[in-house]
Amino acid sequence: MAHAYTPGLRVTKYTELLKQRRLPIKGEVLVEVGDVVERDQIVARTELPGNVTTVNLVNRLGINADELTQYMLKREGDQVKAGEPLAETRPLIKWFKTTVNAEIDGTVESISSVTGQVMLREAPIPVEVPAFVRGTVEEVLPGEGVVVRAAGAYVQGIFGVGGECWGTLRMLVEAPDQRLEPGLIDADCGGQILVGGGLIEFDAIERAREAGAVGVIGGGIHDRDLKKLLGYDLGVAITGAEEIGLSVIVTEGFGQIDMARKTFDILRACSGQEASISGATQIRAGVMRPEIIVANDPAAERSLTDAAAEPDPSGDSSQNPAHQAGMRPGDALRVIRAPHFGRLGRVSELIADLRQIESGAHVRVLEVEFEDGSRTLVPRANVELIEE
Amino acid sequence: MDKVTKKLDVIIATDCGSTTTKAILIERQQDGGYRQTFRGEAPTTVEAPFEDVTRGVLNAIQEVEELSGRSILDGEEILTPSEDGRGVDIYISTSSAGGGLQMMVAGVVQSMTGESAQRCALGAGAIVMDVLASNDGRLPHQKIERIRHLRPDMVLLSGGTDGGTVSHVVELAEFVAAADPKPRFGTGFQLPVIFAGNTDARQQVEEVLGETTALTISENLRPVLERENLAPARQVIHDLFLEHVMAQAPGYRKLMTWTGAPIMPTPAAVGEIMQTISRQQGIEVLGVDIGGATTDIFSVFFPDGPGKAGSSAQTPSAQTPSASSPSASSPSASSQANRGEAVFNRTVSANLGMSYSVSNVLSEAGLDNVRRWLPFSMDEADLRDRIKNKMIRPTTIPQMLEELQVEHAVAREALRLALIQHRDLAVGLKGVQTERTLSDVFEQSASGASLIDMMSLDLLVGSGGVLSHAPRRQQTAAMLIDAFQPEGITQLAVDSIFMMPHLGVLAAVDEKAATEVFERDCLVYLGTCVAPAGAGKVGGPCCSYEIRAPTTGDATGVSDHAPDNAKGELLVGELRCLPLAEGVEAEIVLRPARGWDVGAGAGQELTAKIRGGLVGLVLDGRGRPIAFPESVAERDVQIRSWSDALSLYPAEVTGLYPAEVTGLYPAAAAAQER
Repeated sequence: MAHAYTPGLRVTKYTELLKQRRLPIKGEVLVEVGDVVERDQIVARTELPGNVTTVNLVNRLGINADELTQYMLKREGDQVKAGEPLAETRPLIKWFKTTVNAEIDGTVESISSVTGQVMLREAPIPVEVPAFVRGTVEEVLPGEGVVVRAAGAYVQGIFGVGGECWGTLRMLVEAPDQRLEPGLIDADCGGQILVGGGLIEFDAIERAREAGAVGVIGGGIHDRDLKKLLGYDLGVAITGAEEIGLSVIVTEGFGQIDMARKTFDILRACSGQEASISGATQIRAGVMRPEIIVANDPAAERSLTDAAAEPDPSGDSSQNPAHQAGMRPGDALRVIRAPHFGRLGRVSELIADLRQIESGAHVRVLEVEFEDGSRTLVPRANVELIEE
Repeated sequence: MDKVTKKLDVIIATDCGSTTTKAILIERQQDGGYRQTFRGEAPTTVEAPFEDVTRGVLNAIQEVEELSGRSILDGEEILTPSEDGRGVDIYISTSSAGGGLQMMVAGVVQSMTGESAQRCALGAGAIVMDVLASNDGRLPHQKIERIRHLRPDMVLLSGGTDGGTVSHVVELAEFVAAADPKPRFGTGFQLPVIFAGNTDARQQVEEVLGETTALTISENLRPVLERENLAPARQVIHDLFLEHVMAQAPGYRKLMTWTGAPIMPTPAAVGEIMQTISRQQGIEVLGVDIGGATTDIFSVFFPDGPGKAGSSAQTPSAQTPSASSPSASSPSASSQANRGEAVFNRTVSANLGMSYSVSNVLSEAGLDNVRRWLPFSMDEADLRDRIKNKMIRPTTIPQMLEELQVEHAVAREALRLALIQHRDLAVGLKGVQTERTLSDVFEQSASGASLIDMMSLDLLVGSGGVLSHAPRRQQTAAMLIDAFQPEGITQLAVDSIFMMPHLGVLAAVDEKAATEVFERDCLVYLGTCVAPAGAGKVGGPCCSYEIRAPTTGDATGVSDHAPDNAKGELLVGELRCLPLAEGVEAEIVLRPARGWDVGAGAGQELTAKIRGGLVGLVLDGRGRPIAFPESVAERDVQIRSWSDALSLYPAEVTGLYPAEVTGLYPAAAAAQER
C-alpha cells in the first residue's frame, strides 16, 4: 500500500507548462500555432446570448393569450429599441387604445399564444479569453481556444480565492516565517503581487487592496480572516469567482504556518519579475489548486533539447517515475496534519503491518526522521512527498 | 461472452465511486445460501491520465482475483459462466463517478408538483441542483438565468395535474427553451428533458422544447393532488442516465457492454436494497450514507401502519411496495400487512460531508452546536482552522484523539442537519383535501406532516467513512444515536464496507441472493438502542427495565455475564451500555416513569424483543431532544460521563511510543495546563 500517500503540490523553479485557454461556448480563435503571446493578449472571443426579459402582454393588454399575435407590432426575430411599441390594442374609440412598449433594446425571441408572454433577448454579451501566461501557441482548438506553452517557475498553492490576474511579483519579507505586516505595504504596491512568509491577515490584505495590489501570497491564513475578506463563511472549497478586488493564495494551509522553504526561495528569486496567478481552487472531481506562474520570455526560453538534457526538476510527484512506484525509504516528505503539521523529514521505514495511532484507529504508518534527527510514526495518509 | 447465465452461483459486482472503485465477490454456498466472500478496491480512473472507468474496474477485480484465487478475467474480458473455479455468472455495477447524476426539476407549485418532482429525482439517485416553480418568488429573467447558469445532466419538468393548468407549465418550458442550458458532459449534445406533467400540455411542451432538447414524455408524476405516480418518470430518469450521462463519461460505453444488468446510480441502488429489506421483513428503515461531500438519507416508513409501538419483535409481514419505488415488484407470498403502504424517500444533502464540504457543516450548524459534543474546550479560531485544513486536505486522517473527537462532533451535526432536510421532504402530500370529523380536526395531522417517526423506526443503518471506519464501534453507535435521536426501541447497524450499492443492483437480478448477503454479510449489527421519549429532571426516574433470558443465539446472554445487568432503573440524563452479544435475542420489559414513552404510550409498560450486537444494549435516558446542561463546565462533565458509559475512547493506546501518550485526553490535559 505504498501508494496510499498524498502527492505533493508542484513547486519548481523551472518547468514547461501547457495551459489550456478555452471559451465557455464556441467562438473565434484569434491566434495561430507558433504565435508568441503576452499574458493580457486576447486569444479567443465569443458572445454569450444576451439576457432574456419577459413581457406579460395578455395582462397588460387585457386580451386572451391566443389573441396575442393579432395585436403584435413585431414578429419573432425583429429588433426592438427601448420605448418602441411592441403591441397595441385597436379599439373603436382611440382614446382607449393600450400600447405596450419594449423596455430594453433587443430582439423578439418568442411570442407565446399559450402563456401570452413575449420574450425579448438583449444584445449578446462579449466574452474574451486572455492568454494569461507569456508563451507560444502550441495548439489551436478550433472554435474553442488554444493551448499555450510556457516555461518558467511554477508554484501551486494549497488554497486561494479570487480569479486570474497578473503583475510584478514582490517579496516583502526576509524569511518564510515572517508575517506580512500592513506597514510593509506602501503606495508603490499598485498592480503588484505581494508575497509574505508566514501568516497573512485581514489587515494586510485590506492594506494591499487599498494600495491597488492585485494579489497577496503567504504561508497561512486564519479562517476568521478569510471570512472577513469574503464577507461570508466559505462552506465548500470551490473558489475563483469571488469579487474581492484581488486574489489571495496560501501555500500551506489555515493557521499560523510558515511558508515551505523551497517555495519561499523560488518566490524570492522571482521577485521583480512578471507573474500570473490564479486563486481558483476546486478540491473535488478534478482537483484544481491555485497557481503562481513566472513565465520566461519565450525568446529566451531554453530549447527542448536543453531541457531534455537536464534532470526534470518539474516537482510533479505524480510524473516522477520514483513516485509512481510509491513511497520509498529516504524519500523527502512533509507532514500535513497535526501533531507535526509542516515538519520536514524523510521516510526512515515503511512499516508493513497496521499500527494503532492515538485516535485508536489501526492504519498504515511510516516512520519519519525529522531534520533534527528525532523519529516518530505518522499515518501514511498524513504526509506529502516533496520533490528534491 | 454471455453476460448473464441461467445459474447464479458466482457474482462479481462493482461500485464506481468518485474516488474508489470497489468490487465484491458473492458465491452460493453448499447450503444454497449466498455469502459475500472477497472484496477488492482500486482508485477510480475517470479522470486524467486514465480517463477510462474500466481500468479501475479491472484493477479492483484483479484484487479480488488475487485474494480469492479465482480467475475472473481473461485479459480485459470477464469470464462467464462460472466453471471449475473460474469465471462468474454475472457482472453488475453501480456508479456515482463524476459527481453522480445532477438534475434540475421544475413544477408549477413549489410545495406540490415541485416537491413531487424533487422526490422523483432524488429517488432515482440524482442530486437536485434547484427546484423551479411558478410561485418560487423568482422573476422570469432570474429563473432563466438560473437555468442557464446550472449545467444539469437533465431536467425534469412537471406540473399541472391532469386536466389542470396548461399555461403555467408551458411557461416553465419556455423558460427552459430561452435559457438553452448546456449539459455538463459535452457541448455538442442536446440536454435531456423529461416532461412528466399535465397530459393536456404535452403538445405545447413538445412544440417549445422538441427541437432544442432531447425531450422525453412520461406519465404525469402527480396526476391528481391526492396521489404521486413517481415510478414511470424515475424509470425514464434511469434510462436517460445510462443513455445520455453515463455514455458520455469516459469508459462507460465499454462498461455498459460488460454488465449483465443496467448500471444503476449508486444512491438508487442503495434505495433499492433498503426497500427490499423493508418489504421482506416488514420493518421501517432509516439509512444514512455520509461521504466526503454529500450525505444521503434513505427511509422507508408506513405512515398509516399500526406498528407504531416501536417493537422490533413484531411479526414481519410483507408489504405492498410503494408506487414510488422505481422498480415495484409483486408482493411476496406472506400476508398483506395492516401496516398499509410503505413510502420510500431519499434526500441528498449535497453540501454536508466530512471532507470537501466539512466547512459547510460548521457554517450551517454553528460553532456552538459542534462544540457541545466535545468533552473539552477548544478555541473557536483553532476549531475553524482545523476544519478548513481538513477541507483542503481531505484525504488526511485524524491522528490525535482530540482531532478524532472533533471530526465525530462535526459528523453528528452533519447527520442531524441531513435528517432535518429529510424530514422536510419526506412528508405526506400537500394540497390534499380530506374529509374530517370533529375529532379528526383535533387529532389528525395536517397534510404535509413528516413521515419520519423515530418512535416507530425499527432499524437505523449507517454507512460512509466516518461511521464505517470509526476506531470503535461504540463511536459509530454514539454518532447515530446522538444525531438521529431514535425513540423507543431501535436496532442499530453499520454497512462496514459499503456493500449496499452492490446488493441494490443485485436485488434487481435476484432478490433472494441480495437479501441473504445483506443480512449475513453486509450489516454489522451494533445492537439495540432503547430510548424513552420525554423530558425530566436529571437524576429522576426515567424507566425501569428487566431483561429476560435470551430466546435465540448464543446461550451466554445478559444474565449469564452480568446478573446485575438484568434489571435496573434508568435515570434521567443517564446513558447505559449493557452487554448483549451479536446474534443474541432477548426480551425486555420496560416500565417508563410518568410522562415517558417507550412506544406504548406515556407511562405504559412495553414488552419487546431486542437484538444484540458488537456494542450491546444502549439505554438512553437523556430525553428527546437530548438535554444538555446549561453551563459549559457541567456539560463537559456530562459529555465525559456519557463517553465513559459507552467506552467511546480508549483508556490507553498501544503501538505508539510511550512518550506521546499521557492519558485519556492528552491534548486536552496539556491545553489545560498552558
